[in-house]
Amino acid sequence: MKSWEIVRFAIGAIIAHPLRSGLTSLGVVIGVAAVVMMTSIGVGAQQRVTSAIAGLGSNLIIVIPNFQRGPVSQGAGGGLSLRDGDAEQIAKQVENVAAVAPLVRSQAQLAADGANWNTQIQGVTPPYMIARDLTIAEGRMFDEREARQGKKVAVVGPTVAKQLWGDDSPVGKRVRVRSVPFEVIGVLESKGQAGFGQDQDDVLLAPLEAVRSRLVGRRFRGDAVQTIYVKATDADTLDRVQEDVTNLLRDQHKIRQGDDDDFQTQNMASILAASQAAVGTFTVLLAAVAGVSLLVGGVGIMNIMLVAVTERTREIGLRMAVGAKRSQVLTQFALESITLSLTGGLIGLTIGVLGAIAIAKLGNWPAAVPAWSAPLALGFSSMVGLAFGAYPSWRASRLDPIEALRRE
Amino acid sequence: MIEFKELRKLYIMGEEEVPALAGVSLRIERGEYTAVIGPSGSGKSTLMNILGGLDRPTSGQYLFENDDVAHFTDDELADFRRRRIGFVFQSFQLLPRLSALQNVELPMIYAGVPASERRVRAMELLERVGLGSRSRHRPTQLSGGQQQRVAIARSLANRPDLLLAEQPTGALDTHTGEEVLKLFHELNDEGLTLVIVTHDPDVANEAKRRVAFRDGLIVSDEHGRVAA
Repeated sequence: MKSWEIVRFAIGAIIAHPLRSGLTSLGVVIGVAAVVMMTSIGVGAQQRVTSAIAGLGSNLIIVIPNFQRGPVSQGAGGGLSLRDGDAEQIAKQVENVAAVAPLVRSQAQLAADGANWNTQIQGVTPPYMIARDLTIAEGRMFDEREARQGKKVAVVGPTVAKQLWGDDSPVGKRVRVRSVPFEVIGVLESKGQAGFGQDQDDVLLAPLEAVRSRLVGRRFRGDAVQTIYVKATDADTLDRVQEDVTNLLRDQHKIRQGDDDDFQTQNMASILAASQAAVGTFTVLLAAVAGVSLLVGGVGIMNIMLVAVTERTREIGLRMAVGAKRSQVLTQFALESITLSLTGGLIGLTIGVLGAIAIAKLGNWPAAVPAWSAPLALGFSSMVGLAFGAYPSWRASRLDPIEALRRE
Repeated sequence: MIEFKELRKLYIMGEEEVPALAGVSLRIERGEYTAVIGPSGSGKSTLMNILGGLDRPTSGQYLFENDDVAHFTDDELADFRRRRIGFVFQSFQLLPRLSALQNVELPMIYAGVPASERRVRAMELLERVGLGSRSRHRPTQLSGGQQQRVAIARSLANRPDLLLAEQPTGALDTHTGEEVLKLFHELNDEGLTLVIVTHDPDVANEAKRRVAFRDGLIVSDEHGRVAA
């Protein structure tokens, strides 16, 4: 006999009881829909974290002072152990470096043309644009000379521009930063809302010297910086550059073998990997909880299949009498169970995908239904059908045809 | 064609062994029309089940055209039933979800007959039993006599060597019962071997041979039709 005929028997039996079959599949529908939605949310979150971290700049190493003071005290104020000189030496001596960008930052009130806004002031040098993958939308970035001289010029982020000047172009306008007047010479391209609720467009860039001396100078020694961004030429050299930077700075800071560093280097790739792993764990957890409902759906199928075997005992006896082998009876009931489950899986997949898109829309969340969720959902639902249909089908195939035919 | 030698079947009831067949030897030739009679519990149903390959004897030999049926595996028995046996039951045993035509097709599906060929043959068989116009009807839309005729058409689907009927008229009124018996008669005239288990003397008298059972043993074996 052709196997297609057994599939027809199975489908025929399912269609004969539409309501019951529908309700039986419902458990799997809910389970699969939940798994698909949960994994989509998880993957969406992962993409969001990834883009947030990538938004900080690719192939980036962040060097910050270590506030735990080691036995070798530099006597630096406030534990600010990094200097302009460190940045210069990194740029000069470390290979495979695309940009080195020292930075000081401070939160400050801005005032312009009657409007007020509180933002982060970043004192930087031109390589900062390269290090953080920033581009200018309008006007220009200040150059090396202006940076060295500490000219009072500023490049503002789109959020700052909008808050202070609305739709007008800010280029050429004056802005008072803690009462110190700066001239706006450029506007940054938007990097969008990303990363831990932080608005990357809410920023004002000014020459490092100007910010250090006029805005945060009191807390700083003349050449101290808070952060040095080092951008490696590519992802492959990232680890090497990190090592070289560490060795160079230990040399510069005259740290002896065995003593602790007075700075830390953070590699964006490893931060990214760590956060992705965290979100990944979260996703697996969500999917596992949703998977439990899939199991419950499987138990529902098993229940109904046991009822069906009891109900159709005479049918099974008759099929055996006209020549059905036990294996053919087993296959028929197993296929019935798999079809119920798989149909539930297909409907659940559809609902899950639509649900994921709806959740994404409602929650302003990136809709990310992974392509593998389709084979996963269908694979899992057929496995559920097979696993939970196995026992009822086996029972059907072991019936004694004489007893079965005699059953009322 | 069929030969039983010292066939025994024991059932375990609690601690007791109850013999349903206590050493039965019987030969049935091709083309015979045999009625098996006897009171309830005499062993005639057990004989029927073994004859049809639904059950195996505890001991003894069952040869069907030199096949040793008593030692068949489950799968071999399924093949045997499909190829050689046609069953007709007292309660018809039609599948209620299927039309008359689909019920007749069922054994052919297990035999791997292609769909188009199957449909043609099932239609022919329904016409043969006088139900050509009812092929789309469900069993519940047919009378008892019609249902039993569908069941007979089904039993013939795979061109069996032996048609086994158990109380085939037991659920029918006299008139429709007679129609069914007439059909059996015609089939036998065409050369089909028939074994019918019955309580009804009228049914038994229609057969060309009557084998009577009591307590698991054959007590009489008459040949020749009894004149009504």
